[in-house]
Amino acid sequence: MIALSLSMKVTLGAALLGGVAGVVGAFAVLRGRSLVGDMLSHAALPGVVLAFMLTGSRQLAALSVGALATGLAAIGLMTLVVRWTRTKEDAAIGVMLSSFFGLGVVLLSRATRSTTGGNSAGLNSFLFGEPGNMLNSDLLLLAGVGTAALLIVTLLFKEFKLVAFDADFAASQGWPATRLDLAMMALVAVVTIIGLPMVGVVLMAAMIIVPAATARMWTHRLHTLLLLAAAIGVFAGVVGSRYGRGVPAGPAIVLAAAAMFAASLLLAPQQGLLARFMHTVRLQRRVAQDHLLRSLYELAEPQPQETPAIDFESLQADRRWRPARLRRLLEKNQQQGLVTLSGGVVTMTPVGLRAAAEATRRHRLWELYMMRVAGAAADHVDRSADDVEHLLPAAVVLELEAELEADPKLAFAAPRVPPSPHEIRAGEGDR
Amino acid sequence: MNAAAASLAIAWPSTDALWIMATGAVIAAACAVLGAFLVLRQMSMMGDAISHSVLPGLAAAFLVTQSYSIGPLLLGAVIAGLLTALLTQTLHRFARVPADASMGVVFTSLFALGVVLITQVKGVHFDKQCVFEGALELAPLYTVQWGSLQLPRALAVGLIVLGVNTVALVLLWKEFKLSAFDPALATTMGFPAGVMHYLLMTLVAVTAVASFEAVGSILVVAMLITPAATAHLLVDRLGPMVLLSAAIGAASSVLGYALAVHFDTNVAGMMAVAAGGLYGVAVLFSPRYGLLSTMLHNARLALRVIRDDLLGMLYRLEELGAERRLASRDARTAIGGGLLAWWGLASLQRNELVSRAGETLELTPAGRDAARQLVRAHRLWENYLVQFLGLPLDHVHEPAHRVEHYLDSGLQQSLRQKLDDANVDPHGREIPE
Repeated sequence: MIALSLSMKVTLGAALLGGVAGVVGAFAVLRGRSLVGDMLSHAALPGVVLAFMLTGSRQLAALSVGALATGLAAIGLMTLVVRWTRTKEDAAIGVMLSSFFGLGVVLLSRATRSTTGGNSAGLNSFLFGEPGNMLNSDLLLLAGVGTAALLIVTLLFKEFKLVAFDADFAASQGWPATRLDLAMMALVAVVTIIGLPMVGVVLMAAMIIVPAATARMWTHRLHTLLLLAAAIGVFAGVVGSRYGRGVPAGPAIVLAAAAMFAASLLLAPQQGLLARFMHTVRLQRRVAQDHLLRSLYELAEPQPQETPAIDFESLQADRRWRPARLRRLLEKNQQQGLVTLSGGVVTMTPVGLRAAAEATRRHRLWELYMMRVAGAAADHVDRSADDVEHLLPAAVVLELEAELEADPKLAFAAPRVPPSPHEIRAGEGDR
Repeated sequence: MNAAAASLAIAWPSTDALWIMATGAVIAAACAVLGAFLVLRQMSMMGDAISHSVLPGLAAAFLVTQSYSIGPLLLGAVIAGLLTALLTQTLHRFARVPADASMGVVFTSLFALGVVLITQVKGVHFDKQCVFEGALELAPLYTVQWGSLQLPRALAVGLIVLGVNTVALVLLWKEFKLSAFDPALATTMGFPAGVMHYLLMTLVAVTAVASFEAVGSILVVAMLITPAATAHLLVDRLGPMVLLSAAIGAASSVLGYALAVHFDTNVAGMMAVAAGGLYGVAVLFSPRYGLLSTMLHNARLALRVIRDDLLGMLYRLEELGAERRLASRDARTAIGGGLLAWWGLASLQRNELVSRAGETLELTPAGRDAARQLVRAHRLWENYLVQFLGLPLDHVHEPAHRVEHYLDSGLQQSLRQKLDDANVDPHGREIPE
């Protein structure tokens, strides 16, 4: 065996654990079973103590077998009560978690008493995690189990993928969905239990959930998800165990993972809060622009001209704009050459008129469609068209046009805007 | 510490045992009444999450105030609990993290933060084991004066929390009830379900913090979830469920204490085990939702179907006018064989619906009547399927075979009326009167 310093061993162990937990945790998160990891790590305690009481050794392998036994028993009982009784999954998880953990505490207290303290110190590390106790053999076990878990995931990748995303479909296609599901959970169980002595009961649940939930924000593809979750787990393990600065390794690893989660929460390209905020702002801008163009067109409609001029006040009154906002919007339009501003008068350029006509046409087409096809009343369609007009793709507009061609109200003028099917009242639109 | 405490509990007079049991029971009841709502709203694990995130709240409050006074500690812990609820919901709603994963991320991260904060506190004794297991055995050692009575402090705290929870539930009973069963309806009716949610979370956080010191997080989680889950298996109405949860919580405490003394082990852990045991008993023996009654119900139904099938088969043979009569062995094989078939045939003979002449079976007059009812139901249903659902002829036997057991005479009557008094089935066989 190569001689490794303790800190090197801890780092290596944490990286291994983070990587493997990330991979199997991805399946737990996808299946909506995140909290099963929490239950498992609690349910492992009675098994650990029982194994210790029976064998009298503190060998990680022996204790892990015991932990696996009670962990799987908890999963089995949970599945049983959810399947056969009125208890829902959340309550079943809670009941198994607390009962098994209570049993573990009871047994631990017995074990401590019968062996006059001291000896059970190794068992306490299962509760709170003591990476400092790590032996070479523990590291080997971790590496062995991790490799086996990764091998199983690779071999059963296609099957796991199917079950993870649509278990019912998998079952209908003739795959043994229940058994595959159990295999997945068993993998989670094995990894959870191997990790317990490093990070402890509560934080092991975090190792399963956090890297996977973080990776889930960045991708919708399973193999990317697995690789990313593993990478995040490894990174959290290394950072947490090496740069903890006096902070215990377990919490440091979890906090490193949590920091990455928080960063992803902000920055992820589609699900991130920043991206979603930007998206909302962009949509609001687009809606405001469409509303402005329609206001302009409808105000100019009574006296058709090449370059209609509308005074600022009546434009502002039409949708009860906030003056400052309207001015900013108009200035942007001026830059794009859609309008010209001079004094209190807004003059539309030919291009601007064209764009305004397009926006109005979309609105009115949808109104007509609602009246014809959905049978909505003329005074009800304005609002619903308001909701939809901004999102109508060109193809749908064409389709609507073709469909409504025969409508007498569609006497297409030069820019082909149908007349409004209802009376246009100033100040009635929402801002 | 545990050993000393437990030996104290045994050696001391029984008033201490009574105090410990009373403390456990009161705290358990305080947790369990809230648990009923958590279980119904399928948010049980929120109890688990909040009771874990109490830790960073306590640690942060201590770091800020540098004192052990109860006010700031309670406030810090409640804020941390509410933060857990809030963050969980925010992640789920705005960042589309799955609900369970967002809860898992939030409370484990906060817990890790709590552990880190606590290690930063210099010179403070922090017993990690105590967080999980509490020190219920030591409850009688710390007392407060209440009037002329000297109560264990933990019991007094428990009584206050139980009182607060009871008052809140009684005052806002209908609001809690409505938002437990149908939050959307509650909101449309003007009770803000969101506010009720956070009120419930606040109560859970307060209860968790107050119970934390005495009984440890393990018992808080156990008592929040398990008694309520047990009560949910036993009753259907909310009021009885809440009361029963409290009673089961209290009973688990007493039972747990007795067992802990008997086996000389940790009290809080044993109380959690006792609660789990009672849940197990309810899973097996609950009169309506238990495994045993479900199995019994299924077996009874299977037996009834088998009996009906036997009768129907014998009747159809008679109807064909065949000379041949079924031997009992053949009849049993025809309906699938096995123990159930044997038992079904035996019970038909016992009820004198079928008689046995030598090796062969014969319907008795009563049996013929029963069989006629059944075949009538079968053929009426076949007719109905053809006429009203337009099913092809070769598709109607199977569904009718499944439904025939459930069509009573009233339903048969209305079917007959709907079918314009038809008296032959789609295959041209007579529908018996």
